[in-house]
Amino acid sequence: MLLRRRHGGTATTVKRSLADRENVLGVALLAPALAYVLLLVGVPFVLAIVLSFSTATAGSLSFGWAGFANYSVILRDPIFRRALANTAIVTIGSQVLVVVLATAAAQVFRAAFHGKRTARFVLLLPWAVPVSLAAIAWTWIFDSTFSVINWTLKVTGLLHGWLYWLGEPGLALVAIIIVQAWRIFPFATVIVLAGLASLPQDVMEAAIVDGAGFWRRLFQVELPLLLPVVSVAVLFGVVYTATDLSVVYILTGGGPANMTQVLPTLAFQRGVLGADLGQGAAIAVFLLPFLIVVAVAMLRLARRTEIGAR
Amino acid sequence: MAGVEIRHLSKRFAQLNAVDDVDLSIREGEFLVLLGPSGCGKTTLLRMIAGLERPTAGEIFIGGERMDDAPPRARGIAMVFQSYALYPHRTVARNISFPLEAHGLERAAIDEKVRWAAEMFGITRYLDRYPRQLSGGERQRVALCRALVRDPKVFLLDEPLANLDAKLRNMARDELKRFQRQVKRTVVYVTHDQVEAMGLGDRIVVMDRGKVRQVGTPHEVYEDPVDTFVATFLGQPPMNLVELQGALLGFRPEHFLPVAHFGANEALRTFPLSVRRVEYLGSDRYVYGSVGGAGATVIAKLPATVATEIAEGSDMEFAVPERALCYFDAATGARQRR
Repeated sequence: MLLRRRHGGTATTVKRSLADRENVLGVALLAPALAYVLLLVGVPFVLAIVLSFSTATAGSLSFGWAGFANYSVILRDPIFRRALANTAIVTIGSQVLVVVLATAAAQVFRAAFHGKRTARFVLLLPWAVPVSLAAIAWTWIFDSTFSVINWTLKVTGLLHGWLYWLGEPGLALVAIIIVQAWRIFPFATVIVLAGLASLPQDVMEAAIVDGAGFWRRLFQVELPLLLPVVSVAVLFGVVYTATDLSVVYILTGGGPANMTQVLPTLAFQRGVLGADLGQGAAIAVFLLPFLIVVAVAMLRLARRTEIGAR
Repeated sequence: MAGVEIRHLSKRFAQLNAVDDVDLSIREGEFLVLLGPSGCGKTTLLRMIAGLERPTAGEIFIGGERMDDAPPRARGIAMVFQSYALYPHRTVARNISFPLEAHGLERAAIDEKVRWAAEMFGITRYLDRYPRQLSGGERQRVALCRALVRDPKVFLLDEPLANLDAKLRNMARDELKRFQRQVKRTVVYVTHDQVEAMGLGDRIVVMDRGKVRQVGTPHEVYEDPVDTFVATFLGQPPMNLVELQGALLGFRPEHFLPVAHFGANEALRTFPLSVRRVEYLGSDRYVYGSVGGAGATVIAKLPATVATEIAEGSDMEFAVPERALCYFDAATGARQRR
């Protein structure tokens, strides 16, 4: 469509550009995101559910209906139940750690101090490092012979024996929790910092005038007001951690004796390495209700504690 | 009860003298209004009294005690913010109880005080609601309640009516004044609204660019302004200023009326007014025009009781009673007493 516009006596024509046509523009802007969600999330998602009811194996195109056979097999499998429990332990443990550390770090980074920019850069590094590289570095930190943690604890006199970080199931889980927390913590700190910056300044000042000290302001005003923001950070953290394959795979490989398997590693082991696609898919599907519950709970929490309309 | 003494108080922000060497003596139990355009330093002055801002120089005494280094909680003050600054995640009751909890009062004593304050403001039935469920007027009362329960020596109010709609404001003003008379506390009230200042203040402090221009009762600052800033800041429309023989002659629009309106034995200064436009506003008529040929625009405010026909484009004799004239220095704007 052409619009005619008189300009200084000469008629100039102004073509309606794409940006003027809102209905077309809307679809055009939405299309990449929509394609991404449909092709890279929707299709694999449906495929996983379909495969979990099948007898499909890697390397063959045969597809047989298996009903709930895959599910009944894994539910009776102690290794699967261990993996399910581990996924919960690692996810919850690391996120608790993340929330505490991120809140504390945000308080530190809010203050003005010398070298703040450098410190912030260093803080963000773990987030930028590829997970697999970082995990390899951590295997050295937790190494049974060369562990710098053990060495440091020994030198400072805090440790008398020797910790086999990745060799004992309990310690290995702690190690996994530490790495997962380390990975998500910078992101959470940045989110909490942004939340702190958006807190209504006059409410914080009202608390000061009302006579509240630092801790009362922190726990009774700041943190409750930050709750929606923190829950967003936790939501992301839960999703990243629960679905992560690489940290456990590189750090322990699910060992010792399958004691540190989580759902993604077990699904990968059974479905891809073990070629039993049906069972692998069934294991992976168990992540789904877990993540849905978390997502719904978090969004509800966020809505309920929404900062009051002015 | 306590007054507030402010001596040589200054606050510098980078290049700006937000508050510039202010001396002020606020009396016990007085309702003092800090009035001025935005950026005049009135809010900064209030925040320094509250302890939210540290003075660059000067001293603050509250109830005779030096307070400019004391933390806000030690000053015996309570503050109401323009946005009310209620805690959005706490119910009304828990908002009001917050300062008492911070003060370490016992639960029973807290409940009793909250109930007492809520009854005083008629908000008992909102105690279990959240701030977002309240109207602007109700929130304002909760904010006052929260200030009241602390039993402060001085109330500091930062434009507490600015967020209310115009209809509510008259009511809220009346309520505020009654409240102050009841609790008999010193109130320092910041506003840029002259109607609020005139209606509420026992005394008004007119501020401009960090400095105090005039301190006086509403009557004094309105009828007897010390300079052209105060003269033109107060009054709606502002005072007319006409240059005459090197001096500025000031007169209020409501004193500027057709000659015929005055009695024969009143001493008058008459002006020929070229009427440019007449604005009918219901209760008043504003007549815009100029005096003495090319002179500046002057405004006459005619109450509805003045029925004289005034035609746009006509020339008419207007007059001001001699007693209502103010003279100002043309260069400095300072008042000249004659």
